[in-house]
Amino acid sequence: MARPLINVPAKIKRGQVFEIKTLISHIMETGFRYTTTGAQIPRDIVTAFSCSYNGEEIFRADLYPAISANPFLTFFTTATESGTLDFKWIGDKGFSETATAKIVVE
Amino acid sequence: MNRRMSLLRTVVCRAVVSAMTAFAIAGAALGADIPLDKRRSGYADLGRDSKAMQDDDTINPATLWVLDGEALWKEKTGAANRACADCHQDATISMKGVAARYPAFSPARKAPIDLEQRINLCRSEHQQAPPLAYESHDLLALTAYVGRQSRGMAVTPPSDGRLTPFIEAGRKLFTRRIGQIDMSCAQCHDDNWGKKLAGSLIPQAQPTGYPIYRLEWQSLGSLQRRLRNCMTGLRAEAYEYGAPENVNLELFLMWRARGMQVETPAVRP
Repeated sequence: MARPLINVPAKIKRGQVFEIKTLISHIMETGFRYTTTGAQIPRDIVTAFSCSYNGEEIFRADLYPAISANPFLTFFTTATESGTLDFKWIGDKGFSETATAKIVVE
Repeated sequence: MNRRMSLLRTVVCRAVVSAMTAFAIAGAALGADIPLDKRRSGYADLGRDSKAMQDDDTINPATLWVLDGEALWKEKTGAANRACADCHQDATISMKGVAARYPAFSPARKAPIDLEQRINLCRSEHQQAPPLAYESHDLLALTAYVGRQSRGMAVTPPSDGRLTPFIEAGRKLFTRRIGQIDMSCAQCHDDNWGKKLAGSLIPQAQPTGYPIYRLEWQSLGSLQRRLRNCMTGLRAEAYEYGAPENVNLELFLMWRARGMQVETPAVRP
């Protein structure tokens, strides 16, 4: 059950810097572990994350095996226009998850 | 006749012995108990970042389980095609304080049952659904969701006389040396809390935040998982999930934490 959790202020003043918090459930299996019978557990991680603000990319991150399960990413941007924030996670085994958040700039 | 007599003798003997051990344990353990005002949750010893993680639901990864639990609460399941919500309605009202008083006595089993067992009992009796496995995502999610409704409330073990022998059994397990390391729970968590074991701080083992998101596990986990963890650490054979010994320990720990605040779902290193 992959489920992203987004937290942004619903209303914000123009020009103000605000924080965007994202959390997604993912096991982030490193690929370095073995089962008790010696079989390698294949890597299964989120490899990339991006966030766009009204279609323009404002934040992007590449993720690696050392990042813990349920990755929590937080970053800041400046409030320019009302609109939507689109989030996208891509990962191994065809993992793909999106989320959107609305923001009102006054 | 003969057989019945010898059986009777055994029962009487056993009763006398258990009464004696009960006195001995009560006497020996009373001095070692942590004074009520000296008790502290593991939260107090968390780092700044971990505290922030527990305090803010939008950062706490356990929220992912709580939200799944909320969805499961409303999901119809089993042969009866009923959801938890069909009987208990709004969990934010009906489940308030429930986790704070579990484990509770089950007349049907003549023994205490913990919250996970209560959920599975509900599933088998009312939903006619197969029980959820211990530590499965769904059981953790439901337990976390139910537990969340008691956050901030005081741990209030039921004043049920039928639980007394089980609390004592739990205390006995807590104070009994086990494993190759040959130590009891109490030696660390009653006698040496606040000191270091290798680089780690020894906590008081207060069960106020379960199920917890443990950073070491990278996942949510139950109190029984944590107990088994310690037993393995002592190189003892851990009791199976759902074993009466584990439930008695849970019961004793909740009794020991009476009055402390429920933090479910907590974050721990």
